[in-house]
Amino acid sequence: MRELPPEEDALSIVAQEAPPEAEPAHRLLGLTDEEYRSILDLLGREPTPAELAVYSVMWSEHCSYKSSRVHLGRLPTEAPWVVMGPGENAGVVDLGNGWCAALRIESHNHPSFVEPFQGAATGVGGIIRDILTVGARPVALWDQIRFGPIDHDRSRYLFGGVVSGIAWYGNAVGVPTVGGETAFAETYSANPLVNVMCLGLLPRDRVVRATAGNPGNVAVLLGAPTGRDGIGGASILASAGFDATSESKRPSVQVGDPFQGKKLIEACLELYERGLVVGIQDLGAGGISCAASETAARAGVGVELDLDRIHVREEGMDPAELLISESQERMLAFVVPERVEEVLEVARRWEVDASVVGRVVAGDRVVARHHGRVVLDLPAASLTDGAPAYRRPYGEPQWMEDLWSNTLSMVRPPRLGDALLRLLDDPSVASARWVYEQYDHMLFLDTVVGPGADASLTRVDRAGLVVSTDGNGRVCYLDPRRGAARLVWEAAANLATLGARPLAVVDNLNFGNPEDPDVMWQFVETVQGLAEACTQLGVPVVGGNVSFYNETEGKSIHPTPVVGMLGIVDPLPEQIPRWENVEEGDELWIVGSDPTPNLAGSAFEQVVFGHVGGRPASTNPTRGNSVLGLVRRLVAEGIPVALHDVSDGGLLVAVAELCIAARIGVGLSYSDWRALFSEDPHRIVAVVSPADSHRLVDAARRQGVEISRLGTFGGDSILLEGPDRREAVPLEEASAAHLGAIPRRMATSHAT
Amino acid sequence: MSPVTAVVVFPGTNCERDVIRALRALGGEAEAVWHRDADLSGFAGVVLPGGFAHGDYLRPGAIAATSPIMAAVRRMAGEGRPVLGICNGWQVLCEAGLLPGAHIANRDLRFICRFVEVEVVDTDTVLTSTLQVGQVLRIPLNSYEGAWVDPSGEGRVVLRYRDDPNGSQGRAAAVADGRGNVVGVMPHPERAVDHLTGSTDGVPLLESYLAALERLPVHA
Repeated sequence: MRELPPEEDALSIVAQEAPPEAEPAHRLLGLTDEEYRSILDLLGREPTPAELAVYSVMWSEHCSYKSSRVHLGRLPTEAPWVVMGPGENAGVVDLGNGWCAALRIESHNHPSFVEPFQGAATGVGGIIRDILTVGARPVALWDQIRFGPIDHDRSRYLFGGVVSGIAWYGNAVGVPTVGGETAFAETYSANPLVNVMCLGLLPRDRVVRATAGNPGNVAVLLGAPTGRDGIGGASILASAGFDATSESKRPSVQVGDPFQGKKLIEACLELYERGLVVGIQDLGAGGISCAASETAARAGVGVELDLDRIHVREEGMDPAELLISESQERMLAFVVPERVEEVLEVARRWEVDASVVGRVVAGDRVVARHHGRVVLDLPAASLTDGAPAYRRPYGEPQWMEDLWSNTLSMVRPPRLGDALLRLLDDPSVASARWVYEQYDHMLFLDTVVGPGADASLTRVDRAGLVVSTDGNGRVCYLDPRRGAARLVWEAAANLATLGARPLAVVDNLNFGNPEDPDVMWQFVETVQGLAEACTQLGVPVVGGNVSFYNETEGKSIHPTPVVGMLGIVDPLPEQIPRWENVEEGDELWIVGSDPTPNLAGSAFEQVVFGHVGGRPASTNPTRGNSVLGLVRRLVAEGIPVALHDVSDGGLLVAVAELCIAARIGVGLSYSDWRALFSEDPHRIVAVVSPADSHRLVDAARRQGVEISRLGTFGGDSILLEGPDRREAVPLEEASAAHLGAIPRRMATSHAT
Repeated sequence: MSPVTAVVVFPGTNCERDVIRALRALGGEAEAVWHRDADLSGFAGVVLPGGFAHGDYLRPGAIAATSPIMAAVRRMAGEGRPVLGICNGWQVLCEAGLLPGAHIANRDLRFICRFVEVEVVDTDTVLTSTLQVGQVLRIPLNSYEGAWVDPSGEGRVVLRYRDDPNGSQGRAAAVADGRGNVVGVMPHPERAVDHLTGSTDGVPLLESYLAALERLPVHA
């Protein structure tokens, strides 16, 4: 059912495939000469082919974070409610009601470019297993996907493929996809971004660690048989940029099987419930070699693997292939010997394959045997903590000054109404309904607020877990530090619209080539911006992912951090603010003010004028925190009918989205038209019934937050009243633009 | 003791917990039963819930239709007990020959997850006995192979889509056998039992099913 990528030129790919003569093996595997010398020193001998393959994967950028590790320490990671922070399979926070939440975000950018359907599908499978590994049942997914302009055939092919891959895997594996982001921009033309985030729930006393435990424990490999798919995915795909030979990397993309994934989830949850495992690790990048070395290093023990006992999908796999295969839907469990039979019995019952593949021994080495021969024998920690860490050079690019001075002269657009319609019709601003209606977002009966709103709300007993994910490559390109901080504030504002206070952040840092000092500067600034904003909000970062080498033909993408934020509202508010609840006569207010509207990096400048330049405004923690505090209080008191943060497209788009959802017009007056399009994150649109407006005014006065009344809902058009002009946009036109932007464009390509 | 429903779990089924939760919230008793169990004695009715039994491999429902438990499901259907297949469960019932017709991919070749409106056209079934003909219900659809086709013309349409979301023959959203005790339904009634999650229109459907359980004595 899937199409072939357009313009594929098989001959040219084959022609470029022949490797240069006599290139040493380590270089072909992506290791530098210096890294190879470290391996020689570590082992005191030449590595075996299997060892070299394992080092190449474990020391890859993707697995080792070698360019980013030295900077990530600046992120705040502690709070009294943090049970498990960064460095584990998922962050875990205590919800205070007997439950813990597990949260994790990952990228699958490179595989999704090479093979969008399976690349995206296995991204979903992988993140679900990360959540499963800490003992949690995966309960919700979010996808943040970015492509080149939707008018390009190639972008539509990738977009369609990624969405169907997510739908295919997520729906069948039985985890609802309750939100996400869809964006299109030139910078992602040859390097799409596919990030996926998963939330899990677990009883507080059931947190499982990725540890091998004590000597004597038995290693049991659970799940799909091992095959040759995904060999070297981490080093080959995720740790280098793209060029004309990228299509030939397709065999490095793993193939997913949501059916195996679903069975594995249920089997593992039963193992946890019955306390049958000491520790567990999913098999992702680096396969069983990674899982064994991480669990051994964490426990300070050794692990011996018998590769002949791995259940395989194909005959004749060599030791290196068995060790680094990234076949999906596999977990490595550590079990005390007396309980191995019970573990195998649980696996049989759920129709999951399982083999005893090794044992835990004293010492610190991972040893693997194949046909009775030792094919790998190395210190476990040399693959993890012993991996190289680089302090790459960085500095503010010279072109930043030019970028900042390149402001758009503030001409008034011909018509604000036209600008609004163009914004609503922009695929990045428009409704993503075409996307999320392909995802099961209702499974488990707890999706109280689903996709299409500012944040999702998943019910847990009497409380709600509220989640938002936000990215904005354009603003981060213009100022990575301010841009990253804005994302954090924007996420917090989204949470506040459902009354939730933030508990935890995960970040997915999508960047270009870290060996370029300009890119490294963007990265360092981004981390700084995230650190500042999270500190100001008092929210810890409990996990994250770094994806470098998002470049094609030497051109790096815009820096694109994606922030996922989890919050809690406990108890659930009696009146949950919903856009569709707005009624005739309801009043439109804005909470917070934007005294100096700044349009740099706004969707308005990009969409209406094709302009990206100037320096975005910095965030303001005092203003931000007081607005968020007031809004949370309003929700708790049941005052607002609806709330909407101000972000992509600005205030006017936010108001139009309320109108479209509620199928009602509005009369809106403004004094400075720029405030209609600025994306200052410290403002939230509030809708209250006339009977409640005095409560809004009182609460704002008590908290000392500026609010202003902008208008009243009613009629069938969006009526804009300025100091010297009056414009009306028929609601029907606005609706058609917003809801039709993506379906209309996708109708021109085949369904996938 | 109120009569107990067996909610069948095939590998890949994913709506079993939701169905049990919804039935219990309405005062019913329900238990998950693994597809390898061949014995349904003691149960008053059976629900085949939604999901992706056996990964939908071969065809949705095709492998599940051969599971050991299906002989017992067939027996219950023959005894006139309520047998309800929701979404993937309906596909299983068709593949097992307990309901006429088969399912093909949605007209637009895309998965559809959204609320749809259905109209009651037949109240002489275990799913609709408490409803009125012409009543309109808003319940979520969640399927890829959701379009029902029935060249035989034997199926009794029970619920009909008001618009045509997926190309189902006769806009059928639910179909019954001749006696009305075996029903397949594509939208999920168990997802519409709570105002907070969008609708309570699934309640009368599940209440009809629960009421039907009382009609026949259960043997041990």
